Formats: sequence, structure tokens, C-alpha cells
Amino acid sequence: MRAVFMVSALTSILAVALICLFLFANGIPAIGKIGLPEFILGREWSPSDTPPVFGIFPMILGSIYVTAGAVAIGVPIGIFTAVFMARICPRPIYRVLKPAVDLLAGIPSVIYGFFGMVTVVPLVRELFGGNGKSILSASVLLGLMILPTVIGITESAIRAVPEELYDGAVALGANHQRAVFRVLLPAAKSGVLAGVVLGIGRAIGETMAVIMVAGNQARMPAGILKGIRTLTANIVLEMGYAEGLHREALIATGVVLFVFILLINLSFSALRGRGEK
Amino acid sequence: MRYTLINLFYKVGSPLRQMVRRTMAFFRRLTRRIEDAVFRFFPWLAAIFTFGALLFLIGHILVNGIPYLRPSLFALKYNTENVSLLPALVTTVFMVLLSLLIAAPLGLFTAIYLVEYAKRGSRLVRLVRVTAETLSGIPSIVYGLFGSLFFVSWLGWGYSLLAGTLTLSIMILPLIMRTAEESLKAVPDTYREGSFGLGAGRLRTVFRIVLPAAAPGILAGVILAMGRIVGETAALIYTAGSVAQIPNSLLASGRTLAIHMYALSSEGLYTGQAYATAVVLLVLVVGINALSAALAKRIAKG
Amino acid sequence: MRNMLKFQLEDVQLWYNDFKALHGVNMDIEEKEITAFIGPSGCGKSTLLKCLNRMNDLVEGCRITGKLLLDGEDINATQDVNRLRRRVGMVFQKPNPFPMSIYDNIAFGPRTHGVTSRLKLDGIVEKALRDAAIWEETKDRLKKSALSLSGGQQQRLCIARALAVEPEVLLMDEPTSALDPISTSKIEELMADLKKKYTVVIVTHNMQQATRISDKTAFFLLGELIEYGETEQVFSMPKDQRCEDYITGRFG
Repeated sequence: MRAVFMVSALTSILAVALICLFLFANGIPAIGKIGLPEFILGREWSPSDTPPVFGIFPMILGSIYVTAGAVAIGVPIGIFTAVFMARICPRPIYRVLKPAVDLLAGIPSVIYGFFGMVTVVPLVRELFGGNGKSILSASVLLGLMILPTVIGITESAIRAVPEELYDGAVALGANHQRAVFRVLLPAAKSGVLAGVVLGIGRAIGETMAVIMVAGNQARMPAGILKGIRTLTANIVLEMGYAEGLHREALIATGVVLFVFILLINLSFSALRGRGEK
Repeated sequence: MRYTLINLFYKVGSPLRQMVRRTMAFFRRLTRRIEDAVFRFFPWLAAIFTFGALLFLIGHILVNGIPYLRPSLFALKYNTENVSLLPALVTTVFMVLLSLLIAAPLGLFTAIYLVEYAKRGSRLVRLVRVTAETLSGIPSIVYGLFGSLFFVSWLGWGYSLLAGTLTLSIMILPLIMRTAEESLKAVPDTYREGSFGLGAGRLRTVFRIVLPAAAPGILAGVILAMGRIVGETAALIYTAGSVAQIPNSLLASGRTLAIHMYALSSEGLYTGQAYATAVVLLVLVVGINALSAALAKRIAKG
Repeated sequence: MRNMLKFQLEDVQLWYNDFKALHGVNMDIEEKEITAFIGPSGCGKSTLLKCLNRMNDLVEGCRITGKLLLDGEDINATQDVNRLRRRVGMVFQKPNPFPMSIYDNIAFGPRTHGVTSRLKLDGIVEKALRDAAIWEETKDRLKKSALSLSGGQQQRLCIARALAVEPEVLLMDEPTSALDPISTSKIEELMADLKKKYTVVIVTHNMQQATRISDKTAFFLLGELIEYGETEQVFSMPKDQRCEDYITGRFG
């Protein structure tokens, strides 16, 4: 029976192996055919031209900008909210706030996207003109989406800090807020960072919500109020009808995405490992 | 000459330096006051924003969607005149059941192996953990891509329930593994010791003593995975497809509720029904998550 | 009348990875007696106790050499460790009832070893609870959760649970250290009864307890057996200076 359990454990290894195999086997040749610098740094994506051009740099930038925007919005709000929940919140409010945050975490991305489409986009359009579907809208929406992730992990991290540190700070004459922000929060640094990294991962990997609010123009970013396309959007929008090299180029986009995320996770693990020493 | 210069330096310098010190102190106090205000008010503001955003989102969808919730929306067949969501709902139920059927035992058994059988620090354990963590970081669209390449194309199943189910199973595997592992680890070792002391073997100890004690936590994790499946879109568009009918076989294509909602909202013609579908989807997901949380609380109580 | 030897230990040595916890223990444990292991913390008495039912097998990096004979047979040579643990039962320091009903707790052992008949199990459960002097208190709540009992009752439940598989030996690892004095004396009374049918080996750091209930006492220090003999003699006229120092409280 032990063998049965061990074999089950092998499935996750098998799954990763298969995923890597199929993605790379189908995507790497495409990168070869297109040329690595032309693919990664090419500033034009026109699969229907003759000859077709497959440069994903606009999408790489799109993903980066949108994620950066999401982090700029979601992380500060998330950290402050987490501090509120861990250290300031009165008990009855916590009993309402915590389920609320968990709820936010569970809402499907299509609903976020729909909400963004009918609320955020028109608002941006009214306030700033233009189409409304833009980097700004996407950043705001994604920032909202990564809030529960950041809040959840940061809150746990703050709660995990030993009470002695707080007592020590207060005993030195610091008031409550100062003790929390200047002593507890820095002590929870690694946990907070973990939450941020997880949030980044979620933002980069988000597809459905982004395609509903970002405009999806496959060209170099033209301003925060203009639309862009992310790597994820690129895949999902054209996969349905792409063939031949075009299709392979999309798979290669997936490979780039995969490698991006792996690098983020790896560097984070390395950072964490070093921090613990 | 030097003497007078130094003298001058002290005569003029002293009040100058005093002035500098006083201004610096002033700015320090100012920044401290600002800091204090920020630390005092921003957490409240942030929390209000977070809660407000949630209320607004849910409220907006409910307010705009409930009026469109008519029985006709639950008709058996979908057509362009009546964009019924029932076929999508049924497909979703199928998807959830099938994916859990595959992923739950696999995830549970893997967790059992990691917690009850494996030697600490063994290479296999480390490999399994690394791969599980990798899997949980992969974006859903990449899963969809893989599913499309492997199940739909290479294995030749085409857009099908089966392709979607298997893709989802791989996706939720790490989640079930993690929650099952935590639940198993939470069972005190004293129970295991007591069982061994009575002469029970490891298998019997696991199934009769450890598993029942860990059951609520494992169940909570499974239900959480259910919630994820219901909300999933990107992984299914190119694996299970988006045909708006109830699939009649494992190799038939079908759209889930989430995909249905996306289709409605992007076609632009059925905004009202899109809202209504969103309501149904929301209620489903919220209900599932609430169930999972209630179970998790039951364990915490003891 | 000389009793039979239940356990014979010959040059038993034990390592936890590189740490040597037992240095060549030689002793014989007589059947149907209470033998007490005493000594300061970390002296190896619990470790040795756990050798007697091979609970140390569960510890990674644990190595044993030497001979450990139960009724003349080497317990480390046999493959069927579960059968060994049926013959040599254990009660732990902290009561550890399973999160099930009182009935199911007691019945778990017999069910493990093949008893399925409801009638038989009822009989075994009643007998075990009676032998552990807890029948009167539990007979009307057999289906209730075992966790609803008090600490002292839970420990007696664990004793009953161990007795239900009809062992020959009962190992007790500081069974009353987590209990209040009244529960402690109830269990000590129980042990006086138990030794009529079972061989009892008890680890205790309460010397008064050892003098109250045990027939033989073994004093351990830093993994070595320093002194072993009739309890009265060990406590009134110890042969080893270190033993005398411990008993008189010079160190603890």
C-alpha cells in the first residue's frame, strides 16, 4: 500500500515534466525559427502580415507595466489593511472584515473583469477621456485583485511576530502606531515580501480580467491612458484561430511566461533562503 | 590672523549652527507628526477602501443582475434568443465532480505519503515539494495551453469534457496536496503513538485514526478546490471548449458557467443576462467558499 | 518462590544518530512484579522502556545493539513487531485517548488483532474497564467521546485500552506525572492489583511513588544502570554512592 501512496506522489513530478516537455517542445523550435532577439525584443507583432512578424516585446512591456501598476496600488493598500486587521481593528469589525477579504480572494476573475469593464473603464473614460480601456484601468483592477493575497499573507506575518518586540517598543515610550509600523512591520519583512511576490505572480498570470479592461492593442505601450496587451492576453486572444508558425509563436509566448514566473519564484526562494541564514 | 578667523567662526558660527539645529528639529517634529498621522489614519482608510470595494462590487452585480434572473434563464436549451445558463451550469457540475474524482484521491494519497511514510529530507520528498510549488505558480492560461497541446491535440481528444477535467485536475492538485498535508500534520503524534503501542500497523493507524481526525481539514481543502474550479476560465477555453450545450459524452465539448459569463459579456448584446449569470456564479462561489470556511472553523474549535 | 524472568537484557546499547543514550545495560526483569526505573532527567530510563516494545523503531537514526529477550526470545530479531506490541502494552505520560467514543477506544486494539464479533467486543470492553477500575464511571456513557473524561479518567481509560489486548507486560512511562494527587493514588491502587496478572515496568521520577508501589527498582544515570535490586534495599541501603546522592536529593 505504501507503493500506492508513493506512486501518487510521483504524479506531480510527472505533471511538471509533461508540462515542461510539451511547452518547450512546441515553443522552442518557434523561437528558433523566428530568432530569439527578434522574438523577445521585436517591437512588432503582426502575424497576418506577409511575411509575419512575431515580436513580443510590446506584450512583455504590457505585462510589466500592468503588474507594476497593480503592485503600486495593491501593495500599499494591502499592507495598511493588513496592519489594520492585525493590530488596530476592534474584534467585532474583524469578524466582518476577515470573511470579506476571504470573499474577495474567492471571486472568479471573469467577474472582476466584468466589473472592471462596466465600472472602472467608463470611470476612466469620463475622468480622463479616451477609450477607457487602458493601462490605468488594468492596473486598478489588478491592484484590487491582488489585495486579498497581499493582505492575507501580510496579516499572518504580522501576527507571527512575537509580542515581546511590541512590548519592548512600547516600554521605550513609543506609541501604538509607532510600535506597529516601526518595529512589528519590519520584523515581518520576509512575510510581507512573500505576499508581494505572490501578488506579482497572480498579477502577471491573470488573463480574463485583463483582456476585458486593457484594450489589447498589440503595439508598444503608448501612455498610461492607452490600451496595451499582456503576454497572457496575447495567448488567449489568438489561440483560437492561429495555425502554423503563428500558433507556435503563441506557445512560445507561453514558454516566456512560464520562464518569467519560474525566475520570480526561484529568486524569491533564494532571497528567502538567504534571509533565514 | 588665524586667531581672529577662528574667533569669527565661533562668533558667527554659533548662532548659525543653533539656527540650523532648530530648523532640523522642527522638520524632525514635522515629519514625526506626519508619520504619526499616516500611521494613524491610513490603516483605517485602507480597510474602508478594501471593504468598500467588496461591497460595491457585489452590490453592483446584485443590483444589476437580479432583475434579469428569470426562470427562462434556466431553460434546458441555449439559443441566441434565450441565452440560458443551465447547460453551462450542468457542465460546470460535471467538471467539478470529475476533476475532484481524479485530483482528490491523488492529492490525498500524495499527502499521506509525504506525512506518514516518507523519510524526512528524502530526495523524493524534496522533488515532490518543488514540483508542487511550481505547479501552483503556473498561470491558468499556461495550463490551458498545455491542456490544448497535450489532451486536445496530441492525444487527439479535441475540445472535450475530458481534456478540461484533466487539465483542471492538474491545476488543483497542489491545492489539495497542501491542505491535506497541513490537516494530516495537525493530528497530534500522540494519537499515532497510542495506536502503534497497541500493535496496529501504519496503514491501519493512518486510515482508522489519523484520517478521521484530519477529515474536516481535508474536506475544507477539497471544497476550496471546488470553488476554484467553478471560477476557472482561461484553462478551459481551449480544452473543454465553449459550446453552449450540455455535453453528452466525455469527449463532447461544453462551456462552464464562468466561460458562459465571459461569452455573454464580450458579445456585448446580453449585458443584462451577463449580470444575471454573474449573480448565479457569485452565489455559487461564495456559497462554496463559505462552506469550506465553516468546516475549517469546526476543526479550529476542536 | 522465585518468579520466572520475563525480560533479559544483555549489554543493551543504543544510539540516537551519534549520541549514545544507553551504555551496556544488563538486567533481568521478573514477571508479575512491578519494576521501577528511576533517575534524573535524560538518564535513559524512558529510552530503555521504549526498547522493550520497540517503540524506538519509530525514531529515525536510532540504533540498538545487544540482546533483549522476552521469554527467552530476541525481540529485535522478529519481524512481527505488531505482535510484540500486543504482548507488551504501553501507557504514555500524557493520556492520549483517540478522538472517538470510550467504547471504540477500548475496542480499537482487539479490532486490530482480528476480533469482530460485537458480543465478544462488548465483553472485552467491560472486562478491560473493570480491570482498570473505571467501569462504574463509564458504563453509562460508553458511546460518549473519550475526550469528555477528566485527565485522571482518561489515563485510566488508556490503561484499560492497553489491557484490552490482553498483554503480558504493561509498560508505563511516568503515567501519573500529568495527574492530580487523587487520580495518582487511584492509579497506584490499580497498579497494585495489576501486578497480580501482569508484569509491570514503570518509569517514574517520583521516588516516593517508586517506594510505594514497586518491588524492584533500577537506578539509571547518564545511560548506565547504576543500581538494581529490591526496592527496600535500594532505598534504605544503596550500594552505589551516586544512587544514594540521588535518593537523598543531593541532585535531581
